[in-house]
Amino acid sequence: MALRRDLNLARPDDVYNLIVDAHKGLDEAQCRAFDARLILLLANQVGDEAAIREAIDAARAGLSS
Amino acid sequence: MGSYVYPKYDYSPPPELTVGTCATPTYPVVIVGAGLVGLTLALDLALKGVPVTVLDEDDTVSIGSRSICQAQRTLEVWHRLGVADRMVAKGVTWDTGELYVGEQQVYRFNMQPEPGQRFPAFINLQQYYCEQFLIERCRDVPGVDLRFRNKVAGVRPANDHIAVDVDTPDGRYTLRAQWLVACDGVRSTVRGLLELPYDGEVFDDQFLIADIRMKTALPNIRKYWFYPPFHPDNSVLLHRQADDVLRVDFQLGREADADKERKIENIDRRLRMMFGPDAQWEHEWTSIYKFTCRMLSRFVHGRVIFAGDAAHVVSPFGARGGNSGVQDADNLGWKLALVVKGTAPASLLESYNHERVQAARENIRQSTRSTDFITPKFAASHVLRDAVLDLARDFPFARAMVNSGRLTRPTRCDDSPLHVSSADGDWGQAPVPGDVLPDAPLANGSSTWATERVAGRFAVVTFTDVPQSLPADAATRLAGPVDVERLAILSDTGAQPVGWTALHDTEGLLARRCHARPGTTYLVRPDQVIAGRWRNLDLAALADGVRRSSGR
Repeated sequence: MALRRDLNLARPDDVYNLIVDAHKGLDEAQCRAFDARLILLLANQVGDEAAIREAIDAARAGLSS
Repeated sequence: MGSYVYPKYDYSPPPELTVGTCATPTYPVVIVGAGLVGLTLALDLALKGVPVTVLDEDDTVSIGSRSICQAQRTLEVWHRLGVADRMVAKGVTWDTGELYVGEQQVYRFNMQPEPGQRFPAFINLQQYYCEQFLIERCRDVPGVDLRFRNKVAGVRPANDHIAVDVDTPDGRYTLRAQWLVACDGVRSTVRGLLELPYDGEVFDDQFLIADIRMKTALPNIRKYWFYPPFHPDNSVLLHRQADDVLRVDFQLGREADADKERKIENIDRRLRMMFGPDAQWEHEWTSIYKFTCRMLSRFVHGRVIFAGDAAHVVSPFGARGGNSGVQDADNLGWKLALVVKGTAPASLLESYNHERVQAARENIRQSTRSTDFITPKFAASHVLRDAVLDLARDFPFARAMVNSGRLTRPTRCDDSPLHVSSADGDWGQAPVPGDVLPDAPLANGSSTWATERVAGRFAVVTFTDVPQSLPADAATRLAGPVDVERLAILSDTGAQPVGWTALHDTEGLLARRCHARPGTTYLVRPDQVIAGRWRNLDLAALADGVRRSSGR
């Protein structure tokens, strides 16, 4: 398993709120564009293709319920 | 409705109306509001030898359970005032919270994972009990003049005093106070009379508190559900209180019709979905409210000082309202006592403003975040919130982001003008100036606790293995207008170093929690807040620290 499941952030509340606040004032199309850029930037930062694949699967799995 | 019998406190005509204002003095401290905060401050001042006059427009305690979660820090303060054990005996002790998404428990947290502390993380006790016990304690303490049915009608600041007009059943009178402390709640009369802006944010979502009396086998745990099957569109909070009372707090959403939701049959319908068709209950108190965060920009306005909800108000999920108000009183009490006695300059009170404004900002920041998580304000934040809840089922990292109210801890002021910053490094995770000194079991002949022994006065707390080497003349070298207690924390019993009170760190817990080595020394303020720390016992530095911390 390459994907981390445990907490890897010292201040999870801060990071969560950073991401939420970054969406403030954006319309729906802008939100999608913003999310896409953020995903690509973070994917490059992660650098581990196996982990990215697992993350994609986990994110999709949640949608089926 | 309800099980609690509200006490009715007698009004008696004030001396200003019976013997006249010429014969009455300028009172050193007048407190407006006999609630949690005003009563805590009144007791603290009276026990420090400062007489207080408390004006309250009503003649009973808080109507409704209101503030129910009394935190460890609040209990420590009330213990110093001689009333905490009664609260703990009556209240429901708890330290654990559980978070559910739908029916699944996704997170469980313990607010006090380490034993060896005098008080639990929380007790739940209705505000009316807390106020009643505080009032009864005031009756036992000389120096508290409680004046019920005394309603403030005017506040006129002058150079050397404040004139306060007060309405009573026998008419109006005027008294003079050196210091007026407004603890008169979120709709503060004093704040209104001084026309001070109370700025902030009101959130749109509505909440319904249904406090009910019901026999139940539920454990003493704070439970929070997002999207539970019995309230599928929103969230629910559940607490136990004394006398088999439950606090159920339903999120109703923005569009809810408050008048309709307030109807008992509608509340019962919601409760029946939650507790099942066979459950039986009686209603104790209900309230519909919105999250609100507001604060004054300053808490000290000349000779008028604001504390508690009169100065700042936050949303309730996090227990930051009543508890932060008690911390205000704790912060203010010793400072005001020193100023009234002429031991410290009035400028010491500016540190109350600095420290507690910072605390209120932190509480509002935390509370706003919780509010934003519980009631997302725009589409993207709603999607992100629900993504966290979904991921929380399978991914531990996301559970740490689920925010149903980050519960109150003592607020650390890390840049107080009263504190000495440490030059010597290597402290690791040790408590810093601005933190409350950790509690731990100690012994001094009989067993005691750090929170009992390091309280109410300035204290030098030094850890040592060679008690005979402690300077016997420490008292002389620390002498000044402010009393300084000298406490030696020993890993062994028996030694009685001259000029020091020896306390045995029975389990080594205080040393561990303070990251202490032999020589490590903390300077602690009367409110148990650390004012400085050193790796060696340096009496000259400590004497300077005491001067600085007492505003001189």
